[in-house]
Amino acid sequence: MSTPKDFTTGVGSDVRTSQRRVLFITRRTSAMVKRTDEEQVQTYPAALVRAALAFELLTIGLVLMSLFFNAPLEGIADPTNTPNPAKAPWYFLGLQEMLHYFPPVVAGVMIPAVLVAGLIVIPYFNVNIEADGMFVKDRARRLRIFYLAAPLLSVFLLYFDVYVALVPTLLVAGFMLLAAHSGPGSASSLRRYLASRAVSWWIMTWFLVELIVLTVVGTFFRGPGWSWVWPWRS
Amino acid sequence: MASRLDNTIARIEQTRLWRSIFRSGTGNSTLHRAMAIQQNIFLHILPTKVRRRMLDLSATWYLGTLTLGTFVLLVVTGILLMLYYHPSVPQAYTDVTDLRFVVSSGLFLRNLHRWSAHAMVLLAFAHLFRVFYRGAYRPPREFNWVIGVVLLLITLLLSYTGYLLPWDQLAFWAITVGSNISSAVPLMGDKVRFLLLGGHQVNANALLRFYVLHTVILPLSAVFFIAIHFWRIRKDGGLYVRQSDPLRKSAAQGEAAEESVAAGAGKEEA
Repeated sequence: MSTPKDFTTGVGSDVRTSQRRVLFITRRTSAMVKRTDEEQVQTYPAALVRAALAFELLTIGLVLMSLFFNAPLEGIADPTNTPNPAKAPWYFLGLQEMLHYFPPVVAGVMIPAVLVAGLIVIPYFNVNIEADGMFVKDRARRLRIFYLAAPLLSVFLLYFDVYVALVPTLLVAGFMLLAAHSGPGSASSLRRYLASRAVSWWIMTWFLVELIVLTVVGTFFRGPGWSWVWPWRS
Repeated sequence: MASRLDNTIARIEQTRLWRSIFRSGTGNSTLHRAMAIQQNIFLHILPTKVRRRMLDLSATWYLGTLTLGTFVLLVVTGILLMLYYHPSVPQAYTDVTDLRFVVSSGLFLRNLHRWSAHAMVLLAFAHLFRVFYRGAYRPPREFNWVIGVVLLLITLLLSYTGYLLPWDQLAFWAITVGSNISSAVPLMGDKVRFLLLGGHQVNANALLRFYVLHTVILPLSAVFFIAIHFWRIRKDGGLYVRQSDPLRKSAAQGEAAEESVAAGAGKEEA
């Protein structure tokens, strides 16, 4: 062993009362306690009082709503009389919209399964840890993937006439295109912001926009036979 | 008047009965305030201290707290509704019309349950997206994110199973549409649907199954996972704080500064 060791060793002074602790302190460093100026407060009462206040405001809001708006109740269930359209609860209307275009095994099983699996793997999926802009690192390859994936998805949606999902896709893809041609040096703050967004941000934002558009369309713009209706004309 | 009240409260807190119930004793010291959390079976899953800037509205919008709030409202109104409801056909429907026209405040009770349910679904989604956009799912919090996804699914199932209970046209056909999807599951679709409905179509058996799911199985699962969700906040070092979140400066800043080893900052001792 000709190379000098890059650390010194020692035995903790509390060796009699605790397990032996070996310290490795590399050169040019020292064991130090880092001071942070993070101010902390007691959970009781500071956080609990605020939580109670939030709960009270929530209760007041919902009580007022319950006083002025009645929950819907229709006639007794009748298996022989199908209403047209028969709609699922609002949070499933996005899926029902997909069910209109794709076979049930795709819209009812595969899409939800992919969504749930996608949500679960987000934190285990390393891309966003550094929160780098999507087109910053490995730019050429990522641009190629984007220029391939976005038109493919659009053509796929167009082929099945899913215009409701196509419009938000094109919108998000348009902003991604803008982001691809922006950088930290761009003049407008919007372009600088978009350029710094990571790939998971774009996927989640696309999902959020689709979720909102499909739910709103399913709730207000779908009539008999799942045809398009204008809510203000009925 | 106020001081007399304070004296009375102080005297009650000194009684042997009070002391036998609340282990932490009385007092306003930091130690007592910490013990009020740590020595309480319901509150001990919370950290005894929180970062001051995480209490700002802009940090969390209190979306998780509010989601829990709707759940509490739903449990309370749900238990009261159970006193008037029979999960049988056609009694279920007449019970709900009775709630509307006969039971005192029955209409209000059902409204509050219904709107709280919608609010809970909305708030759970909002909480999910808010946590995502803050990046608060990152290690070491990744498993708490997964528990959050499970809680979102439980929330959706709770709302969905509750949808059938009024046994009106809206309920019947929404559940028919939904349960038809489950028959599209490859290979065992029809078996899944039969298990869910207790038959080949939405009928009295389905109503009973949805009632049991809605009032027993799903709420208990929700409580179980909510407890883990809150406990993991403490174990993972408190709410996620972004470096860009503004620090609150106060007069006592110098003294209040906390000393902590960088790696263990904010971590609570078990």
